[in-house]
Amino acid sequence: MDMNKKYTARTWPESPEKTTLEGKNKFLGFWLFLGGETVLFATLFATYLALKDKVPSNDHYLAADMFELPLVFIMTMLLLTSSLTSVYAMYHMKNHNYQKMQTWLLITVLLGLAFLCFEIYEFNHYVHEFHHTFTSSAFGSAFYTLVGFHGAHVVIGLGWFTLLLVRNAKRGLNLYNAPKFFVASLYWHFIDVVWVFIFTVVYLMGMVG
Amino acid sequence: MSTVAEKRGFLAVLWDYLTTVDHKKIAILYLVSGGFFFLVGGIEAMLIRIQLAVPDNDFVSAGFYNELLTMHGTTMIFLAAMPLLFAFMNAVVPLQIGARDVAFPFLNSLGFWLFFFGGIFLNLSWFLGGAPDAGWTSYASLSIASDGHGIDFYVLGLQISGAGTLIAGINFLVTIINMRAPGMTYMRMPLFTWSTFVASALILFAFPPLTVGLFLMLFDRMFGANFFDVTMGGNTIIWEHLFWIFGHPEVYILILPAFGIFSDIISTFSKKRLFGYAAMVFATVLIGFLGFMVWAHHMFTTGLGPTANAIFAVATMAIAVPTGVKIFNWLLTMWGGSIRFTTPMLYAVAFIPSFVAGGVTGVMLASAPADYQYHDSYFVVAHFHYVIIGGVVLGLLAGTHFYWPKMFGTMLNETLGKITFWLFLIGFHGTFFIQHFLGLMGMPRRIWKYLPNQGLDLFNMISTVGAFFMAVAVIVLLANVIITQVKNVRVGNDPWGDGRTLEWAISSPPPYYNFKQLPLVRGLDPLWIEKMEGRTEMTPAEPLGDIHMPNSSFIPFVMSLGLFIAAFGAMYQIDWRASDGADYVWSLPVLIIGMGITIGSMAVRSLKDDHGYHIHKEELMDDHDKGGRE
Repeated sequence: MDMNKKYTARTWPESPEKTTLEGKNKFLGFWLFLGGETVLFATLFATYLALKDKVPSNDHYLAADMFELPLVFIMTMLLLTSSLTSVYAMYHMKNHNYQKMQTWLLITVLLGLAFLCFEIYEFNHYVHEFHHTFTSSAFGSAFYTLVGFHGAHVVIGLGWFTLLLVRNAKRGLNLYNAPKFFVASLYWHFIDVVWVFIFTVVYLMGMVG
Repeated sequence: MSTVAEKRGFLAVLWDYLTTVDHKKIAILYLVSGGFFFLVGGIEAMLIRIQLAVPDNDFVSAGFYNELLTMHGTTMIFLAAMPLLFAFMNAVVPLQIGARDVAFPFLNSLGFWLFFFGGIFLNLSWFLGGAPDAGWTSYASLSIASDGHGIDFYVLGLQISGAGTLIAGINFLVTIINMRAPGMTYMRMPLFTWSTFVASALILFAFPPLTVGLFLMLFDRMFGANFFDVTMGGNTIIWEHLFWIFGHPEVYILILPAFGIFSDIISTFSKKRLFGYAAMVFATVLIGFLGFMVWAHHMFTTGLGPTANAIFAVATMAIAVPTGVKIFNWLLTMWGGSIRFTTPMLYAVAFIPSFVAGGVTGVMLASAPADYQYHDSYFVVAHFHYVIIGGVVLGLLAGTHFYWPKMFGTMLNETLGKITFWLFLIGFHGTFFIQHFLGLMGMPRRIWKYLPNQGLDLFNMISTVGAFFMAVAVIVLLANVIITQVKNVRVGNDPWGDGRTLEWAISSPPPYYNFKQLPLVRGLDPLWIEKMEGRTEMTPAEPLGDIHMPNSSFIPFVMSLGLFIAAFGAMYQIDWRASDGADYVWSLPVLIIGMGITIGSMAVRSLKDDHGYHIHKEELMDDHDKGGRE
């Protein structure tokens, strides 16, 4: 199959991400990879729960002292919305509307960046206001590792989208790059789902003590 | 293929192997490097046994002994047994399902090079200030306190090679799900393919906990985190849990493919279809599933409480049921068969009682109250060597003899093979059977030396003599390999004469594109079905057409090399533990350069389109004229 063949909205297949064997393999392989990632985060969550509020002495701040709902709520809304915009992007990808796909992906990247800025502010806030650092206690190590792993995934996701957008800026959609866009958006959804759990387990459960 | 290779220079061949994405060549890379690490781990084992041969021995120092036993376990599990299994999976599984290659040839190569550089990194510890010394389990309470960089080598080396293993696991899952030939339904897949499938699923779900555990250890040792520092609120039991959530499925990752190799061998040399095929498949899946439910049986004495211990004890004993199903199915496959005792079949027959012995002690260890007596004694050492050598290593040796012609196009000498077998089998039982009793008499595991006249002298000497038998067996095997390759007598498609599955329907070694036309699979043991109808080869499922092939690539090597370099930077970055107090100013630049190489080569891979190439129909027809198959 000629990977660079030009398509129109009329000739574009219904599931462009799974039309070629390469795409099909990529699609399945990435789902399996996300299965492994799920276990990775489950392990980090378990570690966090085991070490939550475990500090060496009484003068350390605990979860309930530090977390503030408004900030985390804004971050959650930013990331959830970015997932929605990536769905719009994939909708347009499936309809072979390349420009709209690019636009929505760009919005996704901007929302992700905004989330990241808030997260950096948040970490900075904890370090300077509460002396809650990576090395200050087991609680600190576990918190920054879990939330930081998620943050690193956001960085990778943003880099991935950006690289794809730049590389394919002038190429239009074909069966070679459609699976790549689709798989990147799967990754983005996964990051979003993990955040929902972080929001619940770390912040909401942290607020109630 | 190799005749072509001989005509080219050494450098050309080297470059070919450094850049190959062909599953058959990657299999050879895995076999050679896994074999090398097997020898390294074997030498470590011999040093351990020499130290323990007589009481109060001073052959090695206590610290060096700790390094030896740690590196023996780590090397054998991560760098020998798994890569050797990957060698056979790569060589055979794509052929068994009638595929042209694995689903991700590029990732296949990346997985190998990650394993390779991780293994080299780990073993460089011997020359750079001392190897890891906290046991292959590296319990946090011990490993956090370990001086020097040994544990750092362990953490970073396993992290790199573990990434390679995860990639290989996903690759085989996708290959088996998406790349099967027409007619190759799930319930027609050979048992080796099935067990590869289940083992790959275990890799996918078992390696991430190890990754996390290693990250926590890395953060604690190199970046000042406090996961395992009790004074800072940490908890060392977390490491035990994470390690065994990985570690127990790991033993099934090792044994299931060995079960698969034996299933294929027993059915081939009994000239019978595998007895209870569906039950075998179900048992394999069930063992894989239960394998995740039992990790805490390694921690009975940690103090989890009677409820947890009881649950994990019962779950562990439950695994004996599907395993028993498999044992009886192998016996009933042989029952009434026309058995040929070739070398692989000898290994298969010896495997059954050996592995059952390991299984029986396994059930003994699974009963938590009794385990308080056996725990950390030589009884445990005897148990896991019975399952790992009696199961996995016998499987690897059987597979080496069985699949050698398919991988290299030559037959290993049967007489030498049988000598290897008998020496190894006698040596194995001589070494480890007696260790059960040493354990029951109270000899602790991982002990450096023991006092004379406590009833341990004679049994330890017998055990050491047994180990030398195994060493001689391995030397005979190496001689066999060299003699065979020098003689270079080429064999045909089906050198054993009784091949049942698709890999025996193609030349040995197969052409680089595997099947010229994908075969039509009409049932279990597809080649046997064709043979029974008087044909010698498979019916094609498609007309002759162009074949799409992946391009070779040097990028996987460079990507892995980058991580290898970065690992040195990470390790020497913060060096407050170093006894010499040296300040390594070069470490941060090295970390950045290494990561830069890896991320840069990932970007190159991502930005450069790689569509592969096509072999045209006409060239394939030329191949036919040169006296290929048909």
